[in-house]
Amino acid sequence: MTSKQKGWKEIPIAGVCWKPTTEYLTGDWRTFKPVLDSEKCNKCLLCYVYCPDGAIEWKTEAEEIEFNYKYCKGCGICANECRREAIKMVLE
Amino acid sequence: MAVAKQKVLALSGDEAVAYAVKQSDVDVVAAYPITPQTIIVERFSEYVHNGEVDTEFICVESEHSALTACLTAAAAGARTFTASGSAGLALMHEILYVTSGCRAPVVMAIVNRALSAPINIHCDHTDSMVERDASWIQIYVENSQEAYDSVIQAFKIAEHPDMLLPVMVMLDAFFLSHTLESVNVLSDEAVRKFVGTRKIPLVRSHEGKLVPFKLDPEDPVTMGPLDLYDYYFEHKRQQEEAMQRALQKIKQVHDEYGEISGRGYGNGLIDPYRLEDAEMATICMGSTAGTTKVIVDQLRAKGVKAGLLRLRTYRPLPSQDLTKALENVKAIAVMDRSHSFGAHGGPIFHEVRHVLYDAPTRPQVVNYIYGLGGRDMPQTLIHEIYKDLQKIVETKRVEKPVQFIGLRE
Repeated sequence: MTSKQKGWKEIPIAGVCWKPTTEYLTGDWRTFKPVLDSEKCNKCLLCYVYCPDGAIEWKTEAEEIEFNYKYCKGCGICANECRREAIKMVLE
Repeated sequence: MAVAKQKVLALSGDEAVAYAVKQSDVDVVAAYPITPQTIIVERFSEYVHNGEVDTEFICVESEHSALTACLTAAAAGARTFTASGSAGLALMHEILYVTSGCRAPVVMAIVNRALSAPINIHCDHTDSMVERDASWIQIYVENSQEAYDSVIQAFKIAEHPDMLLPVMVMLDAFFLSHTLESVNVLSDEAVRKFVGTRKIPLVRSHEGKLVPFKLDPEDPVTMGPLDLYDYYFEHKRQQEEAMQRALQKIKQVHDEYGEISGRGYGNGLIDPYRLEDAEMATICMGSTAGTTKVIVDQLRAKGVKAGLLRLRTYRPLPSQDLTKALENVKAIAVMDRSHSFGAHGGPIFHEVRHVLYDAPTRPQVVNYIYGLGGRDMPQTLIHEIYKDLQKIVETKRVEKPVQFIGLRE
Protein backbone atom coordinates (compact mmCIF):
# COMPACT_ATOMS: atom_id res chain seq x y z
CA MET A 1 0.00 0.00 0.00
CA THR A 2 1.29 3.41 -0.88
CA SER A 3 1.55 5.96 1.91
CA LYS A 4 -0.92 8.41 0.34
CA GLN A 5 -3.79 5.96 0.77
CA LYS A 6 -5.92 6.68 3.83
CA GLY A 7 -6.10 4.56 6.99
CA TRP A 8 -9.24 3.03 8.49
CA LYS A 9 -9.66 5.88 10.97
CA GLU A 10 -9.76 8.49 8.20
CA ILE A 11 -12.27 7.07 5.72
CA PRO A 12 -16.08 7.20 5.98
CA ILE A 13 -17.88 4.03 7.13
CA ALA A 14 -19.89 1.64 4.93
CA GLY A 15 -17.73 2.26 1.87
CA VAL A 16 -19.30 5.69 1.39
CA CYS A 17 -17.49 7.34 -1.55
CA TRP A 18 -15.60 10.41 -0.36
CA LYS A 19 -14.52 11.38 -3.88
CA PRO A 20 -16.38 11.22 -7.18
CA THR A 21 -15.97 8.01 -9.17
CA THR A 22 -14.87 10.16 -12.12
CA GLU A 23 -11.46 10.31 -10.40
CA TYR A 24 -11.12 6.63 -11.11
CA LEU A 25 -9.96 6.41 -14.74
CA THR A 26 -11.37 3.20 -16.17
CA GLY A 27 -9.84 3.84 -19.61
CA ASP A 28 -6.74 1.87 -18.62
CA TRP A 29 -8.79 -1.34 -18.58
CA ARG A 30 -9.05 -1.09 -22.40
CA THR A 31 -7.61 -3.61 -24.87
CA PHE A 32 -9.37 -2.34 -28.00
CA LYS A 33 -10.21 1.27 -28.58
CA PRO A 34 -13.08 2.61 -30.70
CA VAL A 35 -12.04 4.77 -33.66
CA LEU A 36 -14.54 6.81 -35.68
CA ASP A 37 -14.71 6.99 -39.45
CA SER A 38 -16.28 10.46 -39.88
CA GLU A 39 -17.02 9.78 -43.52
CA LYS A 40 -19.38 6.91 -42.65
CA CYS A 41 -20.95 8.48 -39.53
CA ASN A 42 -24.38 10.06 -40.06
CA LYS A 43 -24.52 11.42 -36.46
CA CYS A 44 -27.53 9.29 -35.47
CA LEU A 45 -26.10 9.05 -31.91
CA LEU A 46 -27.08 5.40 -31.36
CA CYS A 47 -23.57 4.87 -29.99
CA TYR A 48 -24.08 7.75 -27.56
CA VAL A 49 -27.30 6.15 -26.30
CA TYR A 50 -25.83 2.65 -25.94
CA CYS A 51 -22.49 3.54 -24.29
CA PRO A 52 -22.80 2.09 -20.74
CA ASP A 53 -20.15 4.46 -19.38
CA GLY A 54 -21.22 7.77 -20.85
CA ALA A 55 -17.82 7.85 -22.54
CA ILE A 56 -19.15 9.17 -25.87
CA GLU A 57 -19.63 12.91 -25.98
CA TRP A 58 -21.34 15.14 -28.53
CA LYS A 59 -19.17 18.05 -29.59
CA THR A 60 -21.55 20.83 -30.56
CA GLU A 61 -19.04 23.02 -32.42
CA ALA A 62 -17.47 20.22 -34.41
CA GLU A 63 -20.92 18.59 -34.82
CA GLU A 64 -19.33 15.23 -34.18
CA ILE A 65 -19.12 12.57 -31.52
CA GLU A 66 -15.90 12.13 -29.54
CA PHE A 67 -14.72 9.17 -27.46
CA ASN A 68 -13.53 9.98 -23.96
CA TYR A 69 -10.60 7.59 -23.68
CA LYS A 70 -10.11 8.39 -19.98
CA TYR A 71 -13.23 6.35 -19.23
CA CYS A 72 -13.94 4.21 -22.31
CA LYS A 73 -13.27 0.58 -21.28
CA GLY A 74 -13.27 -0.63 -24.87
CA CYS A 75 -16.34 -2.86 -24.53
CA GLY A 76 -17.19 -2.42 -28.22
CA ILE A 77 -20.96 -1.98 -27.77
CA CYS A 78 -20.84 1.26 -29.81
CA ALA A 79 -19.16 -0.51 -32.73
CA ASN A 80 -21.64 -3.37 -32.51
CA GLU A 81 -24.67 -1.05 -32.52
CA CYS A 82 -23.48 1.30 -35.28
CA ARG A 83 -25.66 0.58 -38.35
CA ARG A 84 -23.13 2.18 -40.72
CA GLU A 85 -20.05 0.40 -39.39
CA ALA A 86 -18.52 3.79 -38.73
CA ILE A 87 -16.76 2.64 -35.54
CA LYS A 88 -13.82 0.22 -35.65
CA MET A 89 -12.26 -1.45 -32.60
CA VAL A 90 -8.51 -1.12 -32.90
CA LEU A 91 -5.98 -2.98 -30.72
CA GLU A 92 -4.25 -0.55 -28.35
CA MET B 1 -35.22 8.18 37.43
CA ALA B 2 -38.24 6.45 38.92
CA VAL B 3 -39.33 3.06 37.67
CA ALA B 4 -42.25 3.57 35.28
CA LYS B 5 -45.68 2.09 35.91
CA GLN B 6 -46.12 -1.24 34.17
CA LYS B 7 -48.86 -3.70 33.43
CA VAL B 8 -48.63 -7.47 33.30
CA LEU B 9 -49.72 -9.27 30.12
CA ALA B 10 -49.87 -12.99 29.40
CA LEU B 11 -47.64 -13.23 26.33
CA SER B 12 -45.73 -15.92 24.53
CA GLY B 13 -42.14 -15.11 23.56
CA ASP B 14 -43.19 -14.32 20.02
CA GLU B 15 -46.00 -12.06 21.22
CA ALA B 16 -43.64 -10.29 23.62
CA VAL B 17 -41.33 -9.51 20.68
CA ALA B 18 -44.22 -8.24 18.52
CA TYR B 19 -45.42 -6.07 21.42
CA ALA B 20 -41.96 -4.54 21.89
CA VAL B 21 -41.75 -3.77 18.16
CA LYS B 22 -45.21 -2.22 18.27
CA GLN B 23 -44.12 0.18 21.01
CA SER B 24 -40.76 1.05 19.42
CA ASP B 25 -42.22 3.23 16.64
CA VAL B 26 -40.78 1.21 13.76
CA ASP B 27 -40.99 2.69 10.25
CA VAL B 28 -40.58 -0.45 8.14
CA VAL B 29 -41.14 -4.15 8.79
CA ALA B 30 -40.47 -6.65 6.00
CA ALA B 31 -40.77 -10.27 6.99
CA TYR B 32 -41.51 -13.78 5.80
CA PRO B 33 -43.04 -16.30 8.15
CA ILE B 34 -41.28 -19.47 9.32
CA THR B 35 -42.25 -21.74 12.22
CA PRO B 36 -41.74 -20.96 15.11
CA GLN B 37 -41.24 -17.25 14.38
CA THR B 38 -44.59 -16.92 12.55
CA ILE B 39 -46.53 -15.47 15.47
CA ILE B 40 -44.21 -12.43 15.63
CA VAL B 41 -45.11 -11.52 12.06
CA GLU B 42 -48.78 -12.48 12.52
CA ARG B 43 -49.27 -10.32 15.60
CA PHE B 44 -47.45 -7.42 14.06
CA SER B 45 -49.51 -7.58 10.85
CA GLU B 46 -52.62 -7.41 13.07
CA TYR B 47 -51.29 -4.20 14.63
CA VAL B 48 -50.78 -2.82 11.12
CA HIS B 49 -54.27 -3.92 10.01
CA ASN B 50 -55.89 -2.35 13.09
CA GLY B 51 -54.06 0.92 12.57
CA GLU B 52 -52.28 0.56 15.93
CA VAL B 53 -48.88 1.31 14.38
CA ASP B 54 -47.60 3.73 11.78
CA THR B 55 -45.43 1.15 10.03
CA GLU B 56 -44.94 0.24 6.37
CA PHE B 57 -45.39 -3.55 6.32
CA ILE B 58 -43.84 -5.15 3.25
CA CYS B 59 -44.91 -8.67 2.31
CA VAL B 60 -42.01 -10.29 0.48
CA GLU B 61 -41.45 -13.57 -1.34
CA SER B 62 -38.49 -14.80 0.74
CA GLU B 63 -36.22 -14.07 3.69
CA HIS B 64 -33.52 -12.93 1.28
CA SER B 65 -35.91 -10.21 0.12
CA ALA B 66 -37.14 -9.48 3.65
CA LEU B 67 -33.69 -8.56 4.86
CA THR B 68 -32.86 -6.73 1.63
CA ALA B 69 -35.98 -4.57 2.07
CA CYS B 70 -35.00 -3.84 5.68
CA LEU B 71 -31.40 -3.07 4.77
CA THR B 72 -32.39 -0.57 2.09
CA ALA B 73 -35.06 1.05 4.26
CA ALA B 74 -32.51 1.39 7.07
CA ALA B 75 -30.02 2.86 4.59
CA ALA B 76 -32.65 5.49 3.77
CA GLY B 77 -32.82 6.40 7.48
CA ALA B 78 -35.78 4.27 8.61
CA ARG B 79 -36.11 2.27 11.83
CA THR B 80 -36.56 -1.31 10.64
CA PHE B 81 -37.36 -4.73 12.05
CA THR B 82 -37.61 -8.27 10.77
CA ALA B 83 -37.70 -11.76 12.27
CA SER B 84 -36.69 -15.22 11.15
CA GLY B 85 -34.93 -18.43 12.14
CA SER B 86 -33.51 -21.70 10.84
CA ALA B 87 -33.71 -22.03 7.05
CA GLY B 88 -35.04 -18.47 6.80
CA LEU B 89 -31.95 -17.08 8.50
CA ALA B 90 -29.76 -19.30 6.34
CA LEU B 91 -31.37 -17.81 3.24
CA MET B 92 -30.55 -14.33 4.58
CA HIS B 93 -26.89 -15.25 4.99
CA GLU B 94 -25.60 -13.22 2.03
CA ILE B 95 -27.57 -10.12 3.02
CA LEU B 96 -26.49 -10.34 6.68
CA TYR B 97 -23.01 -9.32 5.55
CA VAL B 98 -24.37 -6.64 3.19
CA THR B 99 -26.43 -5.19 6.06
CA SER B 100 -23.56 -4.97 8.51
CA GLY B 101 -21.15 -3.83 5.76
CA CYS B 102 -23.52 -0.97 4.85
CA ARG B 103 -23.78 -0.24 8.59
CA ALA B 104 -27.57 -0.50 8.43
CA PRO B 105 -28.95 -0.76 12.00
CA VAL B 106 -31.62 -3.40 11.34
CA VAL B 107 -33.06 -5.18 14.38
CA MET B 108 -34.03 -8.83 13.89
CA ALA B 109 -35.56 -11.37 16.26
CA ILE B 110 -34.39 -14.93 15.69
CA VAL B 111 -36.41 -17.79 17.07
CA ASN B 112 -33.68 -20.41 17.32
CA ARG B 113 -34.60 -23.57 15.42
CA ALA B 114 -32.55 -26.49 14.11
CA LEU B 115 -31.35 -26.62 10.51
CA SER B 116 -32.44 -29.40 8.15
CA ALA B 117 -31.87 -32.23 7.30
CA PRO B 118 -33.58 -34.21 8.75
CA ILE B 119 -36.25 -31.55 8.94
CA ASN B 120 -36.90 -30.32 12.47
CA ILE B 121 -38.81 -27.28 13.70
CA HIS B 122 -37.58 -27.37 17.31
CA CYS B 123 -34.98 -25.50 19.30
CA ASP B 124 -31.25 -25.48 18.97
CA HIS B 125 -28.79 -22.66 18.38
CA THR B 126 -27.21 -23.87 15.15
CA ASP B 127 -28.99 -21.33 12.92
CA SER B 128 -27.62 -18.23 14.65
CA MET B 129 -24.27 -19.78 15.61
CA VAL B 130 -23.33 -20.11 11.95
CA GLU B 131 -23.94 -16.35 11.60
CA ARG B 132 -21.72 -15.34 14.50
CA ASP B 133 -19.07 -13.90 12.15
CA ALA B 134 -21.48 -11.68 10.19
CA SER B 135 -20.75 -8.51 12.21
CA TRP B 136 -24.18 -8.53 13.84
CA ILE B 137 -24.55 -8.01 17.59
CA GLN B 138 -26.06 -11.21 19.07
CA ILE B 139 -28.10 -11.21 22.28
CA TYR B 140 -29.55 -14.51 23.61
CA VAL B 141 -32.47 -14.24 26.04
CA GLU B 142 -33.52 -16.50 28.88
CA ASN B 143 -37.26 -15.84 28.97
CA SER B 144 -40.06 -13.90 27.27
CA GLN B 145 -39.67 -10.95 29.62
CA GLU B 146 -36.09 -10.59 28.52
CA ALA B 147 -37.14 -10.98 24.87
CA TYR B 148 -39.45 -7.98 25.28
CA ASP B 149 -36.82 -5.93 27.12
CA SER B 150 -34.01 -6.84 24.73
CA VAL B 151 -35.86 -5.93 21.53
CA ILE B 152 -36.51 -2.44 22.91
CA GLN B 153 -32.85 -2.11 23.91
CA ALA B 154 -31.74 -3.43 20.51
CA PHE B 155 -33.07 -0.42 18.59
CA LYS B 156 -31.22 1.95 20.87
CA ILE B 157 -27.97 -0.02 20.58
CA ALA B 158 -28.11 -0.56 16.80
CA GLU B 159 -29.03 2.98 15.80
CA HIS B 160 -26.64 4.91 18.02
CA PRO B 161 -24.41 7.00 15.71
CA ASP B 162 -21.29 5.42 17.29
CA MET B 163 -22.61 1.92 16.56
CA LEU B 164 -24.61 1.53 13.34
CA LEU B 165 -24.47 -2.22 13.63
CA PRO B 166 -27.42 -4.57 13.14
CA VAL B 167 -28.64 -6.52 16.18
CA MET B 168 -30.10 -10.04 16.43
CA VAL B 169 -32.12 -10.98 19.50
CA MET B 170 -32.35 -14.75 19.93
CA LEU B 171 -35.09 -16.64 21.74
CA ASP B 172 -35.50 -20.41 22.04
CA ALA B 173 -38.06 -22.04 19.76
CA PHE B 174 -41.22 -23.24 21.54
CA PHE B 175 -39.63 -23.19 25.03
CA LEU B 176 -40.04 -19.42 24.78
CA SER B 177 -41.71 -18.62 21.46
CA HIS B 178 -44.90 -20.59 22.17
CA THR B 179 -45.03 -20.59 25.98
CA LEU B 180 -47.23 -18.10 27.80
CA GLU B 181 -45.52 -16.10 30.49
CA SER B 182 -46.41 -13.08 32.62
CA VAL B 183 -44.61 -10.21 30.95
CA ASN B 184 -44.31 -6.75 32.48
CA VAL B 185 -44.74 -4.14 29.78
CA LEU B 186 -43.96 -0.45 29.92
CA SER B 187 -46.38 2.16 28.62
CA ASP B 188 -46.18 3.10 24.93
CA GLU B 189 -44.96 6.56 25.93
CA ALA B 190 -42.21 5.20 28.17
CA VAL B 191 -40.85 2.96 25.40
CA ARG B 192 -41.14 5.67 22.76
CA LYS B 193 -39.28 8.09 25.00
CA PHE B 194 -36.60 5.52 25.82
CA VAL B 195 -35.93 4.50 22.22
CA GLY B 196 -36.32 8.06 20.87
CA THR B 197 -36.11 8.95 17.19
CA ARG B 198 -33.27 7.69 15.05
CA LYS B 199 -30.36 10.15 14.92
CA ILE B 200 -28.47 10.17 11.64
CA PRO B 201 -24.77 11.10 11.83
CA LEU B 202 -22.96 13.11 9.17
CA VAL B 203 -20.58 11.61 6.66
CA ARG B 204 -18.20 13.09 4.03
CA SER B 205 -19.72 12.51 0.60
CA HIS B 206 -18.17 12.31 -2.88
CA GLU B 207 -19.05 15.98 -3.32
CA GLY B 208 -16.76 16.81 -0.38
CA LYS B 209 -19.65 17.96 1.84
CA LEU B 210 -20.74 16.66 5.22
CA VAL B 211 -24.16 15.14 4.61
CA PRO B 212 -26.52 12.87 6.58
CA PHE B 213 -25.52 9.19 6.40
CA LYS B 214 -28.62 8.05 4.54
CA LEU B 215 -29.82 7.55 0.98
CA ASP B 216 -31.43 10.85 0.01
CA PRO B 217 -31.62 12.35 -3.51
CA GLU B 218 -31.18 15.85 -2.00
CA ASP B 219 -27.77 14.94 -0.57
CA PRO B 220 -26.66 11.82 -2.42
CA VAL B 221 -24.25 9.32 -0.89
CA THR B 222 -23.08 5.94 -2.18
CA MET B 223 -22.92 3.00 0.26
CA GLY B 224 -21.21 -0.34 -0.17
CA PRO B 225 -19.82 0.09 -3.70
CA LEU B 226 -16.96 -1.83 -5.34
CA ASP B 227 -14.14 -1.87 -2.80
CA LEU B 228 -11.12 -3.95 -3.74
CA TYR B 229 -7.79 -4.74 -2.11
CA ASP B 230 -7.06 -1.04 -1.63
CA TYR B 231 -9.83 -0.23 0.94
CA TYR B 232 -12.01 -3.29 1.74
CA PHE B 233 -9.70 -4.32 4.59
CA GLU B 234 -9.95 -0.84 6.17
CA HIS B 235 -13.75 -0.96 6.07
CA LYS B 236 -13.76 -4.36 7.80
CA ARG B 237 -11.45 -2.97 10.50
CA GLN B 238 -14.00 -0.21 11.13
CA GLN B 239 -16.66 -2.86 11.74
CA GLU B 240 -14.43 -4.54 14.32
CA GLU B 241 -13.97 -1.19 16.04
CA ALA B 242 -17.75 -0.71 16.23
CA MET B 243 -18.08 -4.24 17.65
CA GLN B 244 -15.59 -3.43 20.41
CA ARG B 245 -17.44 -0.17 21.19
CA ALA B 246 -20.65 -2.22 21.42
CA LEU B 247 -19.43 -3.86 24.65
CA GLN B 248 -19.77 -0.53 26.44
CA LYS B 249 -22.92 0.54 24.56
CA ILE B 250 -24.83 -2.67 25.35
CA LYS B 251 -24.03 -2.26 29.07
CA GLN B 252 -25.00 1.41 29.01
CA VAL B 253 -28.35 0.87 27.25
CA HIS B 254 -29.04 -2.12 29.53
CA ASP B 255 -28.45 0.07 32.61
CA GLU B 256 -30.53 2.97 31.27
CA TYR B 257 -33.37 0.54 30.60
CA GLY B 258 -32.95 -0.83 34.12
CA GLU B 259 -33.64 2.64 35.48
CA ILE B 260 -37.08 2.87 33.87
CA SER B 261 -38.07 -0.81 34.11
CA GLY B 262 -36.44 -1.99 37.33
CA ARG B 263 -35.12 -5.03 35.46
CA GLY B 264 -31.62 -6.12 34.56
CA TYR B 265 -29.72 -9.15 33.33
CA GLY B 266 -26.28 -9.20 34.93
CA ASN B 267 -24.34 -6.36 33.32
CA GLY B 268 -26.07 -6.84 29.97
CA LEU B 269 -23.19 -8.92 28.64
CA ILE B 270 -22.91 -11.75 31.16
CA ASP B 271 -25.51 -12.78 33.72
CA PRO B 272 -23.78 -14.65 36.57
CA TYR B 273 -25.80 -16.60 39.14
CA ARG B 274 -24.28 -17.42 42.56
CA LEU B 275 -20.86 -17.31 40.99
CA GLU B 276 -18.89 -15.15 43.48
CA ASP B 277 -17.40 -17.97 45.54
CA ALA B 278 -18.21 -20.84 43.16
CA GLU B 279 -15.74 -23.72 42.74
CA MET B 280 -17.60 -25.08 39.74
CA ALA B 281 -19.81 -23.44 37.15
CA THR B 282 -21.75 -24.12 34.00
CA ILE B 283 -22.02 -21.70 31.11
CA CYS B 284 -25.02 -21.63 28.81
CA MET B 285 -27.22 -19.38 26.72
CA GLY B 286 -30.98 -19.10 26.43
CA SER B 287 -33.78 -20.78 28.35
CA THR B 288 -31.59 -23.61 29.74
CA ALA B 289 -30.26 -21.07 32.24
CA GLY B 290 -33.66 -21.02 33.96
CA THR B 291 -33.53 -24.75 34.70
CA THR B 292 -29.87 -24.56 35.68
CA LYS B 293 -30.58 -21.91 38.32
CA VAL B 294 -32.92 -24.37 40.05
CA ILE B 295 -30.13 -26.97 40.16
CA VAL B 296 -27.63 -24.40 41.45
CA ASP B 297 -30.02 -23.57 44.30
CA GLN B 298 -30.44 -27.26 45.13
CA LEU B 299 -26.68 -27.81 45.19
CA ARG B 300 -26.05 -24.68 47.24
CA ALA B 301 -28.59 -25.93 49.80
CA LYS B 302 -26.38 -29.01 50.15
CA GLY B 303 -23.28 -26.88 50.58
CA VAL B 304 -21.88 -27.47 47.08
CA LYS B 305 -20.22 -24.34 45.73
CA ALA B 306 -21.98 -24.37 42.36
CA GLY B 307 -22.60 -21.38 40.10
CA LEU B 308 -23.84 -20.46 36.64
CA LEU B 309 -22.78 -17.93 34.05
CA ARG B 310 -25.37 -17.16 31.42
CA LEU B 311 -23.80 -15.62 28.36
CA ARG B 312 -26.29 -12.96 27.21
CA THR B 313 -24.20 -11.17 24.60
CA TYR B 314 -22.33 -13.59 22.36
CA ARG B 315 -21.26 -10.97 19.81
CA PRO B 316 -19.30 -9.00 20.71
CA LEU B 317 -17.84 -11.66 23.03
CA PRO B 318 -17.31 -10.07 26.46
CA SER B 319 -13.90 -11.70 26.90
CA GLN B 320 -12.69 -9.51 29.79
CA ASP B 321 -15.93 -9.98 31.72
CA LEU B 322 -15.71 -13.73 31.17
CA THR B 323 -12.15 -13.92 32.44
CA LYS B 324 -12.92 -11.82 35.49
CA ALA B 325 -16.05 -13.78 36.37
CA LEU B 326 -14.48 -17.22 35.86
CA GLU B 327 -10.81 -16.97 36.79
CA ASN B 328 -11.32 -18.26 40.33
CA VAL B 329 -13.64 -21.11 39.37
CA LYS B 330 -11.86 -24.45 39.36
CA ALA B 331 -13.97 -26.43 36.89
CA ILE B 332 -16.26 -25.12 34.16
CA ALA B 333 -18.74 -26.95 31.95
CA VAL B 334 -19.71 -25.13 28.77
CA MET B 335 -23.10 -26.18 27.43
CA ASP B 336 -23.47 -25.82 23.68
CA ARG B 337 -26.88 -26.17 22.04
CA SER B 338 -25.17 -26.51 18.64
CA HIS B 339 -22.25 -28.44 17.29
CA SER B 340 -19.35 -27.57 15.04
CA PHE B 341 -18.95 -30.82 13.14
CA GLY B 342 -15.39 -32.06 13.05
CA ALA B 343 -14.20 -29.48 15.56
CA HIS B 344 -13.16 -30.26 19.10
CA GLY B 345 -16.47 -29.32 20.76
CA GLY B 346 -19.07 -26.61 20.25
CA PRO B 347 -18.56 -22.92 19.48
CA ILE B 348 -19.12 -21.46 22.97
CA PHE B 349 -16.66 -24.02 24.36
CA HIS B 350 -14.02 -22.93 21.84
CA GLU B 351 -14.35 -19.31 22.77
CA VAL B 352 -14.65 -19.61 26.55
CA ARG B 353 -11.69 -21.96 26.72
CA HIS B 354 -9.73 -19.65 24.42
CA VAL B 355 -10.47 -16.64 26.63
CA LEU B 356 -9.42 -18.52 29.78
CA TYR B 357 -6.10 -19.61 28.27
CA ASP B 358 -4.69 -16.24 29.36
CA ALA B 359 -6.25 -16.32 32.83
CA PRO B 360 -3.62 -16.39 35.63
CA THR B 361 -5.27 -19.47 37.13
CA ARG B 362 -6.32 -21.53 34.18
CA PRO B 363 -9.53 -23.43 35.12
CA GLN B 364 -10.40 -26.85 33.74
CA VAL B 365 -13.01 -26.43 31.00
CA VAL B 366 -15.16 -29.21 29.58
CA ASN B 367 -17.91 -29.23 26.99
CA TYR B 368 -21.38 -30.75 26.76
CA ILE B 369 -23.27 -30.71 23.47
CA TYR B 370 -26.96 -30.92 24.34
CA GLY B 371 -30.50 -30.38 23.16
CA LEU B 372 -30.08 -30.57 19.39
CA GLY B 373 -33.37 -30.51 17.49
CA GLY B 374 -35.32 -29.56 20.62
CA ARG B 375 -34.17 -32.51 22.76
CA ASP B 376 -35.19 -31.68 26.33
CA MET B 377 -32.57 -30.75 28.91
CA PRO B 378 -34.13 -31.99 32.16
CA GLN B 379 -32.88 -31.30 35.70
CA THR B 380 -31.42 -34.81 35.97
CA LEU B 381 -28.94 -34.19 33.15
CA ILE B 382 -27.85 -30.84 34.55
CA HIS B 383 -27.27 -32.62 37.88
CA GLU B 384 -25.03 -35.09 36.04
CA ILE B 385 -22.96 -32.23 34.65
CA TYR B 386 -22.41 -30.77 38.13
CA LYS B 387 -21.52 -34.27 39.40
CA ASP B 388 -18.83 -34.47 36.70
CA LEU B 389 -17.59 -31.04 37.72
CA GLN B 390 -17.37 -32.09 41.38
CA LYS B 391 -15.22 -35.03 40.29
CA ILE B 392 -12.95 -32.74 38.27
CA VAL B 393 -12.57 -30.41 41.27
CA GLU B 394 -11.65 -33.37 43.52
CA THR B 395 -9.32 -35.21 41.15
CA LYS B 396 -8.07 -32.19 39.16
CA ARG B 397 -8.39 -34.46 36.11
CA VAL B 398 -10.54 -34.32 32.99
CA GLU B 399 -11.42 -37.66 31.46
CA LYS B 400 -13.60 -36.54 28.54
CA PRO B 401 -13.25 -32.90 27.53
CA VAL B 402 -16.13 -33.07 25.02
CA GLN B 403 -19.33 -35.09 25.53
CA PHE B 404 -22.80 -35.36 24.08
CA ILE B 405 -25.41 -35.37 26.82
CA GLY B 406 -29.02 -36.54 26.64
CA LEU B 407 -28.13 -38.74 23.67
CA ARG B 408 -28.95 -42.46 23.33
CA GLU B 409 -25.99 -44.68 22.51
